[in-house]
Amino acid sequence: MKEEIIIAGFGGQGVLSMGKILAYSGIMQNLEVTWMPSYGPEMRGGTANVTVILSDKKISSPILTTYDTVIALNQQSLDKFESRVKPGGLLIYDPNGITHLPTRKDITVCSIAAVDVAAELGSAKVYNMVVLGALLKMKPIVEMENVTKGLMKSIPERYHNLIPMNEAAIEKGKQSIQIINQL
Amino acid sequence: MDIKDIIKPENKVYGKTPILTDNVMHYCPGCSHGVVHKIIAEVIEEMGIQDKTIGISPVGCSVFAYNYLDIDWQQAAHGRAPALATATKRLYPDKYVFTYQGDGDLASIGTAEIMHACNRGENIVVIFINNAIYGMTGGQMAPTTLLGMKTATTPYGRDAKLNGFPLKITELIAQLEGTCYVTRQSVHTAAAVRKAKAAIRKAFENSAKDKGTSFVEIVSTCNSGWKLSPVKANEWMVEHMFPFYQLGDLKDR
Amino acid sequence: MAEKILMKGNEAIAYSAIRNGVDGYFGYPITPQSEVMETLMAEKPWETTGMVVLQAESETASINMVYGGACCGKKVMTSSSSPGISLMCEGLSYMAGAELPCLVVNVVRGGPGLGTIQPGQGDYYQIVKGGGHGDYRCVVLSPASAQDMYDFVDKAFELAFKYRCPAVILADGVIGQMMEKVEIHETKPRRTDEEIERTCPWATVGKRADRPRNIITSLALESDVQEATNLRLQAKYRKMEEEDVLYSTYMTEDAEYLFVAYGCMSRIVETTVDMLRENGIKAGLLRPITLFPFPTKQIQALVPQIKSAMSIELSAGQMVDDVRLAVNGAVPVGFYGRLGGNICTPQEIFDAFKKFNNLQ
Repeated sequence: MKEEIIIAGFGGQGVLSMGKILAYSGIMQNLEVTWMPSYGPEMRGGTANVTVILSDKKISSPILTTYDTVIALNQQSLDKFESRVKPGGLLIYDPNGITHLPTRKDITVCSIAAVDVAAELGSAKVYNMVVLGALLKMKPIVEMENVTKGLMKSIPERYHNLIPMNEAAIEKGKQSIQIINQL
Repeated sequence: MDIKDIIKPENKVYGKTPILTDNVMHYCPGCSHGVVHKIIAEVIEEMGIQDKTIGISPVGCSVFAYNYLDIDWQQAAHGRAPALATATKRLYPDKYVFTYQGDGDLASIGTAEIMHACNRGENIVVIFINNAIYGMTGGQMAPTTLLGMKTATTPYGRDAKLNGFPLKITELIAQLEGTCYVTRQSVHTAAAVRKAKAAIRKAFENSAKDKGTSFVEIVSTCNSGWKLSPVKANEWMVEHMFPFYQLGDLKDR
Repeated sequence: MAEKILMKGNEAIAYSAIRNGVDGYFGYPITPQSEVMETLMAEKPWETTGMVVLQAESETASINMVYGGACCGKKVMTSSSSPGISLMCEGLSYMAGAELPCLVVNVVRGGPGLGTIQPGQGDYYQIVKGGGHGDYRCVVLSPASAQDMYDFVDKAFELAFKYRCPAVILADGVIGQMMEKVEIHETKPRRTDEEIERTCPWATVGKRADRPRNIITSLALESDVQEATNLRLQAKYRKMEEEDVLYSTYMTEDAEYLFVAYGCMSRIVETTVDMLRENGIKAGLLRPITLFPFPTKQIQALVPQIKSAMSIELSAGQMVDDVRLAVNGAVPVGFYGRLGGNICTPQEIFDAFKKFNNLQ
């Protein structure tokens, strides 16, 4: 098993911490993981992205040009990374602020209205967990019990009271994803 | 009467401290370094701290200080002695750590290191030899060279417009919260030597008391660099150096 | 079972230092390695192991604090990135000359000058060939993962004390900033003062009556004395080449084409090797783990079976010199690299390989 994911969006959307929680969940599931933040020209334009690889074998290159899954949380990221989903792969985007929709038909395309869902849940801070839920619905690469463990490892102990809220957001994300193009 | 009749324990009036080695000093006759070395050695002996003292020698004439005091020595890169002393004292807080630096080493190339070590209040002793010239490299201008003073690189005398002003670094050091004792001494007379030795002893004692940095400047001569006889150099120092670099304690707390 | 923690390579350096009996860290902030000191300060090891951690006023002061600590026989280290390492080269030369052990971690960024804060490998010449003045070498370890960052701290000190010389972990921004799983092994305590005096009789810890004074210096005004020092240093370097070359290989057994790459690039090239193998091309990779001593003999041993060798670096081609020296004209030696903080992708290397070897 090997899953190569890029999560891309604005700084402040929790892209890096979502990647970290996903990576930690992978460790809890005894997988090899890498978490590689934006580098080089990928960083320009106020965007943040992180490449997360989970694999049951040793991971070679942490630097990729194409991905099994692209999660695009703003228009720039969607524009940049839609073409870099491997054929047959998965693209998840947040429709908030999106004017040019994805067009590829050789991949699965889903949308998650995570801004709205987070608002419903009463906390913009769980935005990235809603997105994580959407990903796990489409690709259950880590079991929920390991995600909980990953949360406990990633979040400082003094904030552990917030873990149930994060779990609820993941659950809500799973329920809220919409499939736009099913392969 | 034979000389052997004179050399007897009961006739002994003065003994060299065993902390000073028997190596012949390379310093020029008349140089202040030898006297300062001796009084540091005496202080180490009197305090009984030979096995707890680590000296750090600079780059300059006193680079070879390690040949003359029978203690463990580190020889630093130019100006960096306070950085070595910082780590040594922090790693061995029960040891006595001192730097021995000239004016070029401390007040020019090593300005950042001395300022920050003193500002952190490292519990070290700094012995600062200020003879207003670079001795080892052949008598060039130092940061402390007086205005009008001729050196190899100020052959027409130090000109403030060309070379800037002589740096009273000890006054700057005294401003720093981290220092507990800042004093300016000299060793040109027996009385001055006694006072300088008392100051160095106080500095070493301070360093065991977690009070901060003790800084002892010794206004010194470099008769070779100044191109004067030892006696004339002392006279020149009293006449020209002391009015600008005034002796006494700048800070004692 | 060893604890497994997700952490950045830079954080791994800090965790490892605390758990491997390091006595002191002296550093100055610079991107992309500031997490080393930040992690140490957050962990407060002075309250647990007694390790000293100090933010110095400059890299110049940092390396000279390391010099002072090393004079005392302590396990002391610093970390920085390229421009800061340039300032430290004075101290490295002095420590090589004075024969002092220490660890310097260089998380390389793109240069020259202030350059970029993105990853690079352009400090190869500086670290592997010298950097400071005079005839000296450092032991240079090249990590390719966060786990390597953790493990190489102890390894670097082992070699630094074995040879009484500075050891450098030459990492890059990818290895420093990337998070991976790190297994925390059993920890080593700091050595006691008695152990230090016994194992480092040269250390300046205060002259006791039963021994002559210890003097740590790199100064020798007499040519014959200096030459004797130089010859002693050179003998050490030859011994390192005999005893302490570290490297790893990937698919070299039947390889007809050899890649040589270190650090993050060795990981990326592994993927290229996989891609080439899928295309029926027998490629393999030799990854030098010690850049000095360099695995010259190990590359030479592969020469009879290969048609070409290629060095892949985040520089304009520096390690390729050493690959050429090892291959010594027997087969063509190629190079591909990116600069300025750009990172070669497996596909780019794949394309460059095909072009260099005239393969379709």
